[in-house]
Parts: sequence; structure tokens; C-alpha cells
Amino acid sequence: MSIEQGDRALPQAAGGAVAVRPRLDWPDEPRLAQRNPVSAWLRFFASEIRLVFGRPRNLALLGVLGFVPVFFGVVFRLTISSVDGGGGPPFLNQLAGNGVFLALVVLTVMLTVLLLPLSAAVVSGDAIAGEAALGTLRGLLTVPAGRTRLLAVKYAAIVVFSLAACLLVAAMSLVMGLILFHVGQVTLLSGTTVSLGAGVLRVLAVAVFAAAAMASLSAIGLAASTLTQHPVGAIAGVLIVTVASEICDQVPQLSAIHAYLPTHYWLSWDGLFRSPTDWSGVEHGLVSFAVYAVIFGSIAWAKLTSADVSS
Amino acid sequence: MSLSAQLAGAIHASTETDAGFAVTSSGLSKRFGGGQLAVDQIDLAVPAGSVYGFLGPNGSGKTTTIRMLLGLIRPTAGSHAMLGLPMPGRQADALPLVGSLVEGPAFYPHLSGRANLTRLDAADATADAATARRRIDAALARVGLLGAADKRYKAYSLGMKQRLGIATSLLRPRQLVILDEPTNGLDPQGTREVRALIRQIAADGTTVFVSSHLLAEVEQVCTHVGVMRAGRLVYQGSLAQLRGQAGLLVRTPKPELAAQVLAELGLAGIRQGDGADQEVTAELGAMLPEVICERLVLAGVPVAGLETPRRSLEDEFVELTGEGFDVD
Repeated sequence: MSIEQGDRALPQAAGGAVAVRPRLDWPDEPRLAQRNPVSAWLRFFASEIRLVFGRPRNLALLGVLGFVPVFFGVVFRLTISSVDGGGGPPFLNQLAGNGVFLALVVLTVMLTVLLLPLSAAVVSGDAIAGEAALGTLRGLLTVPAGRTRLLAVKYAAIVVFSLAACLLVAAMSLVMGLILFHVGQVTLLSGTTVSLGAGVLRVLAVAVFAAAAMASLSAIGLAASTLTQHPVGAIAGVLIVTVASEICDQVPQLSAIHAYLPTHYWLSWDGLFRSPTDWSGVEHGLVSFAVYAVIFGSIAWAKLTSADVSS
Repeated sequence: MSLSAQLAGAIHASTETDAGFAVTSSGLSKRFGGGQLAVDQIDLAVPAGSVYGFLGPNGSGKTTTIRMLLGLIRPTAGSHAMLGLPMPGRQADALPLVGSLVEGPAFYPHLSGRANLTRLDAADATADAATARRRIDAALARVGLLGAADKRYKAYSLGMKQRLGIATSLLRPRQLVILDEPTNGLDPQGTREVRALIRQIAADGTTVFVSSHLLAEVEQVCTHVGVMRAGRLVYQGSLAQLRGQAGLLVRTPKPELAAQVLAELGLAGIRQGDGADQEVTAELGAMLPEVICERLVLAGVPVAGLETPRRSLEDEFVELTGEGFDVD
């Protein structure tokens, strides 16, 4: 079957491009303007932030995260006498003495029972796969948003969401601690006492550290998100990785790999509550988070920039 | 005609001389992972300023081709260029000048039509944020959605969704608009509206590349067509060329005299009808029917009827694609 070339005015396209000068005669756009790439990036980023924080499902997620400190605060207030002296999460014993510790208890619980990892998984797993499932990915790419640029904007928005989630939990916990418990000077684990303001600052530092942990988990989610068109698959994948990592971290026979597990350093911030501050746990954690973010960010980039988008 | 349209027309006319091809491809092919050859060495040549109908039955490779043109999927062989810029190497320069709607509209259901367009405009690194609001409203007005701009996308009817999809290709001035099955799922009224939109876009000098599996839906607006069949481009050319030369049919009680006049006019393929039907047919060529009619009358031929019949396009397409167009 050969091509019938019906019109003599239409020569067969030769290998090279036929030069067509772009028409630049539009009154309000004299040329394809070279906009400032930084402000253009920020505009796209602001749009992504509006999308992430405007999505009803994500708002519901934040609502749940904000409610959990209220729930735990009330439960601990009612049962504080019975937990006295043993068991329970770390810092629970200090809670009766100072409501500031509620934030630490709640952050620990929410990291270990997967509430914070779940929210990071939902937002990151949905990032690319969700756009693919909706079909909006092809729209963004033909704009063209640029594949690398899209990924950078997506990840930046995910990091902001993680930070917002952790700070929200810490802030709600501090407020509940203030309402339900005695609040005053904070006695650190090393026995020294610092002012309430310094104690609150340390709590916020813990929240930022937790956000960094979630940001690194989100990089895994982002990579998973580029591998599938089904957001649920990517989200489940992240949660499986999290659970598997936490289980391995509990098995003494696997102690050789514990330091390399993505969840190993999630709670290694207790050095912040010593005097002088012991930074080693925090430093190890941040390095581990950064390594995971770089590795899985690279996987996401390699996959998205080479993938056929046929959704 | 508005002043700006006149201006655009005048400027367009002046640049028409260096107009080339909005889309070219050479041996463009796509073989999917499963080994299925979806597009087989197609050589597209879409003239700048044309309305190019990209036709073919469902599954003939139209959407795969469009995805390759826009850089969404990688060809397994061949090359292509848009607006003279090689793809995908120069896509950052070419794509902002290309508006597209690929495989039906896709938007965020919880956002309004306006918010959806704002989102896409924000993703465009070359769009001017200062004029965004005005450009978005203009695009919405052009597709008749300004009244429903703040309604959530999920509340839109199918026709409105399709029109919002077309609006994305109008967010800024384009040199090429690629519409993949823009009339899919629309009722006859909606289809008419889309055709009117295509005419408007083309009237501004924008090249329009529109795919369809329904010949009748685009036939009225196209100047050129490419016909796909099982992954191959089996025809490409102007619509007039595809229609072929029109014929001439004269009904008269004096067929011999009429045939003689037509022969004097130099028309080819003169044939006299058999017996009683008193018809003379010939190829029309470059001759104007009104001129022929005048000559016949002056020569004393009583003209009872004069027609310039064309072969139906539907027949041509069935021949090219080997099947009816609406195979569903």
C-alpha cells in the first residue's frame, strides 16, 4: 500500500524539518516571551500548592491529623493516673508534669502507627499517578509544563504538605497540652530545666525533623507514583515499604542493615531533649533521609522523563 | 469583520508566501511493547494555514500519531517536526505555540472550569501571569462557557467538557491547534458548534489538525485530509484533489449538438447517453459551468438541465479504508 500523494503542492516530507517561521503578529504577545523562569516556576508551584491543599481528600486528611492530638490529649488526661510509672510511649511519664510533652507523645505515636506515613503516602503516591489516572498529566505535558519541572514542583509541594502536617500535629498537641495539663518550665531527659519557650522551640524542631522523615518517604512515594497509573497502588506500595522496614528494624538478627532502613531514624530526635543537645541522632537521620530522597527522586526522574504517557 | 481580524488577516496574507508546513514527519512509527505496530512509517505534511482532517477508523493509529507529534510518547522510528522545529528536541519552543486536545477532555473534577484553565496556564513557563485572567476569560467566552466558568467541572455536560478541552488550546495565540476527536460523544448541535469553532480558529490563520473517525463531521471544514488505515497513511492531499475532478452533465433534447459544442470548448471524455435519456456527460476540467451553459445556449442548444456531479467522498473513503467510516 503506497501513499497517494494527491496534491502536487504537498511534497513528501523530507527527513529534515521544513522551516516555518513562527508567526509573531499577535498584538499582546509580540514574541514567545522569555519569562523569568524563577517567577514562572513559583507560579506553577503556587498552583500546585493550591491543588494539594484544595483537594477535599487532603483537607480531610489534615482534619484527621489535627483531631488526633485532641483525642490523645483527652484520653491521656482521663487515664493519666493509671499510666503513671511505666509502659506506654516514651515521654508519657513526663506528660503529667508538663503538657508540652503531649506533642512528643503524639508525634511518636503518629509516626509509629502510620498516621503521618499514611498522609505522606497518599499525597506522594497520588502526585503523578493521580494526574495520569485523571488524564490531566497529558494536558500538563503538552502545555508544556516540562517533565523535570513538573516533578520538581510536585516534590516541593509534597514537602510543604509534609511540613504542614507535622507542624499541625505539633501545634494542636501544644494547644491541647496547654489546655489539659500543667505547663511550665521543661525538664529535659538529662535532668536540666529550660524555659517553656525553649521547650516549645525544641518541640517544633522535632516536628521539622519528622517532616524531613516524611519528605524522604514521599520521595519513595513519588517514584512509585511514576511507575503506575493507579494511585492506590503507589500509596499501598509506600505503606508496604514502611511496614516492612519497621518490622525489619525490630528483628535483632537483621541488626546489620538496621541503619540502612528508611524508617530507622524516624524517632532519633531524643537528643534534642538533652543538655547539651546531642545532635548525632538527628544528623544521622537527616543524612539517611537525604540519601533516600536523592535515590528515589532520581528513580522518579529517570522514569518520568523517559516514559510514554498513554493515559 | 472586526479590525483585529482584518489586521490579522492582512498580516497573515503577507506571511503566507513563506508559509511551509506546520507539521512534517518522516517514517514516523510506533511499535508498542507487545509488538503491535500501531503506526507504520507515516510521512505527514500538514500545510501551514490548512485545516487538516486526520481521518481513519477507530484503532487505525490516529491518537498514537497525535501523542507522538506532541512528544507524549516516543516514536520507535522516524522523525517529525512541528512549526519547523524538530521534536522532541525543541519541544519547549514548539509546544507553547501548539494548542491541543488529546483523547478527550481531562480536568480536575472538583475545580471550576476557570480554575482548571488557570492551573494549565500556570504550568506554562512562557505564559504571562499578568494577562492570565483576561486570556482565560477570552478562551472561555470563545467556547461559550463564560456563564458556566465558576461551575465545578464535574457538573459540566459532555458538550461543555469537550468545549473546555478546546478552550485550553485557545489560552494563548497559537500557530497550530491539534484536536483529537473533538466531536466525540457530542450531539448534532454540539458537533455543529465544534465545526464553527474550528472555522473561527482557522480564520485567524491558525493551522488546525483535527482527527475524526467520522468523515461527515469534518468534511465541511477541512481543506486537506490524511487518511489512516491500520497504522498507515493511505492518502494525503487536498480535499478537492481527493474529490477528484467534477464531471459535467447536460440534459437537452439535442444531445448531438450539445456534444459538438462541448467538443469545440475542448472538454475531454464527452459521452452521449444511450437512447432516450438525452444526456451528455464530459469532464469539467478547468471550465466554469456558467461559461459552458452560456455557449450551449448561444449555439442554440436547449438546456433542460446542467449539473456538475462529484463522486461522493464517502465512496472515496470506503475505497481507501476498506470499510465504512462509522464501523460502530
